[in-house]
Amino acid sequence: MKDSLQLTEDGRLRHLLTLEGLPARILTQILDTAASFITVSAQERDVKKVPLLRGKAIFNIFFENSTRTRTTFEIAAKRLSADVVNLNINASSQSKGETLLDTVANLSAMQADMFIVRHAAAGASHLIARHVAPHIHVINAGDGRCAHPTQGLLDMFTLRHYKGAFHNLRVAVVGDVLHSRVARSQIHALTTLGCPEVRVVAPKTLLPRDVENLGVHVFHKMNEGIKDVDAVLMLRLQNERMRGSRLPSAGEYYKHWGLTPDKLKLAKPDAIVMHPGPMNRGVEIDSAVADGVQSVILSQVTFGIAVRMAVMSLLAGAGATGAQA
Amino acid sequence: MKVHIRNGRVIDPASGLDAVQDVYVAASHIVGVGSAPADFHANQIIDASGLVVCPGLVDLAVRLREPGLEYKATLESEMHAAAVGGVTSLACPPDTDPPLDEPGLVEMLKFRAKHMPGPRVYPIGALTRQLKGERLTEMAELQEAGCMAFSQADAPLVDTQVLLRAMEYAKTFDLPIWLRPQDAHLAREGVAHDGVVAARLGFPPIPVPAETVAISTILLLVRETGARVHLARLSSRAGIEMVRRAKHDGLPITCDVGVHHIHLSEMDTAGFDANCHLVPPLRSLRDREAIRRGLADGTIDAVCSDHAPVDEDAKELPFQEAEAGATGVELLLPLTLKWAREAGLSLHQALGFISHRPADILGVDGGRLAVGRPADLCLFDPESAWIVSPSNLASLGKNSPYLGLEMQGRVMFTLIDGHLDFRRDPQRLRHA
Repeated sequence: MKDSLQLTEDGRLRHLLTLEGLPARILTQILDTAASFITVSAQERDVKKVPLLRGKAIFNIFFENSTRTRTTFEIAAKRLSADVVNLNINASSQSKGETLLDTVANLSAMQADMFIVRHAAAGASHLIARHVAPHIHVINAGDGRCAHPTQGLLDMFTLRHYKGAFHNLRVAVVGDVLHSRVARSQIHALTTLGCPEVRVVAPKTLLPRDVENLGVHVFHKMNEGIKDVDAVLMLRLQNERMRGSRLPSAGEYYKHWGLTPDKLKLAKPDAIVMHPGPMNRGVEIDSAVADGVQSVILSQVTFGIAVRMAVMSLLAGAGATGAQA
Repeated sequence: MKVHIRNGRVIDPASGLDAVQDVYVAASHIVGVGSAPADFHANQIIDASGLVVCPGLVDLAVRLREPGLEYKATLESEMHAAAVGGVTSLACPPDTDPPLDEPGLVEMLKFRAKHMPGPRVYPIGALTRQLKGERLTEMAELQEAGCMAFSQADAPLVDTQVLLRAMEYAKTFDLPIWLRPQDAHLAREGVAHDGVVAARLGFPPIPVPAETVAISTILLLVRETGARVHLARLSSRAGIEMVRRAKHDGLPITCDVGVHHIHLSEMDTAGFDANCHLVPPLRSLRDREAIRRGLADGTIDAVCSDHAPVDEDAKELPFQEAEAGATGVELLLPLTLKWAREAGLSLHQALGFISHRPADILGVDGGRLAVGRPADLCLFDPESAWIVSPSNLASLGKNSPYLGLEMQGRVMFTLIDGHLDFRRDPQRLRHA
């Protein structure tokens, strides 16, 4: 059912809501398309634009604050020559009692072609996708703890860029997996793309029950979990989780699960370090690692724009589904 | 009014009767089964050939949404829906607005219900004022007003001392307490079973210990006080196992499950269908199997619809933000029949869980089909197939996990207190 919501009958992408259940073929197509957009974004180009989405109206609807993700979507849309409207809903309609679907219906009436949605509840973008007109595409920019598919894709792009392929990789996802939509999207993408060993590393209070069912190996100790891995995917630890009933203190977390140069030595010598941002330096990651030679964190940001351009153009560009509408 | 029900397959789960016979009704009572009493002249004759004639169903949890929640459903609409579902006696939980915590509210509800067609309404009083879990209600007064038992509905009772005192006080008057076991702290912010689906989709979880810790507390306090406690809506294998052992030890407890939990599991929440957002949460397939075993071995005493009509606005939201609950009073029978077919149970075994067994828990004179009993009867066609759709549901709540799916078994007539309160097939009815 989920597949039929995301894919057209002939197997093309209609919405991007979650990476779970998407075939490897689609993921690879997005990564390949993103590679072709890297040159568009290149620093040395005078005009960083292509006309693929000229005349399209893209609405960034953010029910949860996020400057960074919203900005990367905005840049990606503008490089494709689309018109972009940004809406922070928690500040306006929701406080007036308008329902999610009313908001979407109103925006649809403004001739939208695409919604990029961030919401605090899992499945919010699924709900919207089920209710929009057939020519409108929905991209999930993060729903609750459920999924953040473009982040997962840009992480895959980064991994492939530095490591070449997935079939021989050992990858550790470290940190607050329980509350992380990024981790879930990474795990689904890695297992779909054929990564043979995906590990999660966290204290028991930050792992979902039955997490093994996602196809991952569970580690609680950092020195065991990142031993001999090719990539360390760090997760952000939300401030409100740093002290309370899940963790006693940021200091104790850093001591056991923070990525320091010493711990990183346990990974393969050429291992790369990734982080979805924004980082808590000195909590989940040491500055020496974040700024070190193995860190590819800023590349992730750059690649993120190309990946989002790829997703948007595959959804709404010429030849994509619904382009005739 | 005298009614002659001809040629139906008459089933009385309590006595084990299962035979094609005629049933005779006069002066609100069953006056003959098999043979007519002398000088019986029917005003109405129902041709029940091909139909099952069984006791009217007894449902331990039907929210009528009055007072105060009329935007979800009304007393009139849900009384009618219950009759359409073959339900002739129902218990309504106190989670109205305001909650049923004062005798006047209970009297008003009973008075209004009595003057409407539809089932007998048995209110469950609030155990604490405003359901806040702090001060006890006037239980004795509420009982005089018509309350059959006392409960918190789905509101938490955080303070264990209040729970202990509530049991002691209720025991003083020998009043039953109905509790849905859930530890408020362990369930905090949770919306779904703490299992594989929540791990995948990131739903804030309600772990099984939220149920078992609460059951453990309740059982210890029952041992201490001797209070009559009914555990409502069990959901987990571990919880059912605790009840099994407690019953074996001779504790005076009973329990029920919601009919949806016999069929659905956490897997049904994976598509974000807000109609599968239920209380307690749909748990794992193993838990569902344990519910079925618990019914088969008698650990679980009754099945209820846990009817919760919810307006569309409160359901057309992301799963975790949507209001919990499913409309169910019209699905109680077909879903029980579906379980009977799947589990290979006889009709009279299955129907017992929605007739005389819940009647005994409620302490009312319903759920039995025998001479001298009230003429509360349900006549259904066990073969009739129908699709669950908004237009096919009489309840104002259209929030069903089964929308678009086929049910087998449909109520054709419902007699309540000798009155034909629902008729689907007038062609079978003849006025003499």
